Amino acid sequence: MSWIGKIRRVGRIVEPAQNAPETTIAPPTGVTGSLQLRHVDAGSCNGCELEITGAFSAVYDAERYGARLVASPRHADGLLTTGVVTHNMRQPLLNTFHAVPEPRVVIAVGDCACNGGAFADGYGVVGPVGDVVPVDVEVPGCPPTPQQIITALRKVTGR
Amino acid sequence: MAAALQVVAVLAGAPLVMGGMRQVRARLEGRAGGGIGQPYRDLRKLLRKQQITPQGTTVVFALAPAVAAGSTLLIAAIVPLIALGSPLDSAADLFGVVGLLFLGTVALTLAALDTGTAFGGMGSSREITIAALVEPTILLAVFALSIPAHSANLAAIVSAAMQNPGQVFSPGSVLAFVALVIVTLAETGRLPVDNPSTHLEVTMIHPAMVLEYAGPKLAVVEWASGMRLTVLLALLANLFLPWGVAATDPSALGVLLGLAAITVKVAVLASVLAAGEVFIAKLRLFRVPELLAGSFLLALLAVTASSFLATTTQ
Repeated sequence: MSWIGKIRRVGRIVEPAQNAPETTIAPPTGVTGSLQLRHVDAGSCNGCELEITGAFSAVYDAERYGARLVASPRHADGLLTTGVVTHNMRQPLLNTFHAVPEPRVVIAVGDCACNGGAFADGYGVVGPVGDVVPVDVEVPGCPPTPQQIITALRKVTGR
Repeated sequence: MAAALQVVAVLAGAPLVMGGMRQVRARLEGRAGGGIGQPYRDLRKLLRKQQITPQGTTVVFALAPAVAAGSTLLIAAIVPLIALGSPLDSAADLFGVVGLLFLGTVALTLAALDTGTAFGGMGSSREITIAALVEPTILLAVFALSIPAHSANLAAIVSAAMQNPGQVFSPGSVLAFVALVIVTLAETGRLPVDNPSTHLEVTMIHPAMVLEYAGPKLAVVEWASGMRLTVLLALLANLFLPWGVAATDPSALGVLLGLAAITVKVAVLASVLAAGEVFIAKLRLFRVPELLAGSFLLALLAVTASSFLATTTQ
């Protein structure tokens, strides 16, 4: 019974929704408010993963804007990629990209995914995500805050 | 007419049931949630996406979503949800319904094997393990309910329960209710048997089987699983609380009342189910047979109790 009391005491912990940002690209299928994403870690330090987890947590709740992480690229409308692309992850990233049914978007999260960041000249690095697959939306930051990630997601979902 | 309305109501209502359950869960977790209409948006988007047929798959993979959705719609047409006496009344037999349920399950498991992926095969083997334990329990539980009605026809069971409301609280009926709730959870892939919102492939049962579906076919698969949940919840409600179900050859008002009654019953059951799911974690896979064996035992006790009580009262 203490759980019921806890649910009542805590109530809603979600941050109030801000005004929707201007959409920079049209929703991939023309349906607003529905975006399933497959997360691909192409060689990240896991800092961005923590912030993505935060964005989908109870506090930031990206689900209320229609965004959701899914288990299979076949179910997805796009990729959420983090980190520089390493030699070992180049082919898996390409495979995942081609497994996503069209139309699809690619969202690059973090400085590493956008321009290489701290690992730009590493010996095991192919380059930023944009060198391997076409990137539609970039989220700069090392790591970007959950709020920044959500703003980028809302630009795509249009909600 | 009532049967056609039942099919339409299940088709249109299934995404609403899924959305409502997610919304109840989100609110209890302190989140805002995507809203009740989110499944409609997701389905509309999926229907507009590219269709991908994985290399090496055969007609089994292509047809399975249609078989799963079609068998569920057929169940929706023949079971007494809004009114008794559907045109297919002679087929509205509990064995027929269990067989149709199993047909949908088998179609998806074969499709998952057809893709040849590791997770597809793993999901199929788990699904069949659970189905093998679930189907006998459903049969036994509805058999327990059919003893007082002296018929395995679902319409006959529902009308017997309407004429004799006290029978709902008989020991056999209560035991059968608990057994049916557990197998409904297992059959529709809800907690604690399967987690419908998991991202971890190793813990999946139903989602693991549909990992290769994309676009319109995925929409059909998701819609079918929502309809399955809706139909089973509605059937559960009507077997034990048949109030509001219209009689054979109903008037328009009777049909509307029946529709309103079943909507309220399914909404309440789905909300209770979603709220209950917040408090439980998924069972370890090897513990699931214990849970299902427990529900089988309850169903067996229900049959014993109702046949014993039926003979003593005569």
